[in-house]
Amino acid sequence: MRTFGSLLVRGLIVGLFAGLLAGTFAYVLGEPRVDAAIAIEEAGSHAHTHDHGDSTEPAAEEEEPLVSRDGQRAGLFLATSLYGVALGGLFAVAFTLLRRKLRTGNDAYAALGLAAAGFVGIVLVPFLKYPPNPPAVGDPDTITRRTVTYLLTLVIGLLAVWAGVALSRWAARYGEVARLAGGVVGLVVTVVAAYLILPRINEVPETFPATLLWQFRFASLGTQATLWLLLGFGYAVAVDRRPIRSKVAAA
Amino acid sequence: MAAPAQSVAVPALSPKLLAVALLSVGVMLLLAYLVGFDQGAVSRSGMYLHELMHDGRHLLGVPCH
Ligand SMILES: [Zn+2]
Repeated sequence: MRTFGSLLVRGLIVGLFAGLLAGTFAYVLGEPRVDAAIAIEEAGSHAHTHDHGDSTEPAAEEEEPLVSRDGQRAGLFLATSLYGVALGGLFAVAFTLLRRKLRTGNDAYAALGLAAAGFVGIVLVPFLKYPPNPPAVGDPDTITRRTVTYLLTLVIGLLAVWAGVALSRWAARYGEVARLAGGVVGLVVTVVAAYLILPRINEVPETFPATLLWQFRFASLGTQATLWLLLGFGYAVAVDRRPIRSKVAAA
Repeated sequence: MAAPAQSVAVPALSPKLLAVALLSVGVMLLLAYLVGFDQGAVSRSGMYLHELMHDGRHLLGVPCH
């Protein structure tokens, strides 16, 4: 048996690596989209200042940013790493508390199952309702509302996964097909009900290129998929005791 | 069916475990908050950390601006 401390530290380390590699994915496939979106944003704001006409204080509009673009590109790795560590820690707690409820004798399968559940609940369900947006998309006045609805979709996503698992276990008495159907129905019904209740938000400007928008969104989805994939497989390897045992047996 | 009890690698549930687990969740959520939402109120860095991690926030799917 592992102690909670050992399970937690493994989660933090795996999370750090998963976050760093997700950052690399985001740097290669996401940063060009962010740059393109910022270029559009700046073109828009310049056009805006021209509209005003009375250019009494143009210097104020061109204020020096707190962090340069290069700084933000490096900060990307800081953000994904810290986020990875946080997710890794939460993952370790979830693994510790839920392990006995997962009906598998294999710790690696348990870790992979949890990661799949986390990805669906925390990434996929929010993504489908409120796809992430690049800079230049979104009205700053509605940020609080968008943040709250985003957090709600995270909670609903996790609830939907739980509903799917619960219904699938209940339906299992009627056979294998019923077990699968129960899982899908529990998940989908919860998600669809939530989607209908939650407000619709679409703040994409008419002029924003759709190709760039979706390239950014898929880069964002890919970044998070990388993070969860590595978290699941990394933790599966990290909790597996067999390599150590076989080494001991071989000695 | 193999006996699953043998391969379960987690400690038994106890009030102490739950307390430590809850504390860990709090710390991890604070960390995620710092990346995703803080605008200097918790980090005491003004908007510096917020701006530094701006691209990460967008690419991790958190609403930003
Ligand atoms: Zn932003």
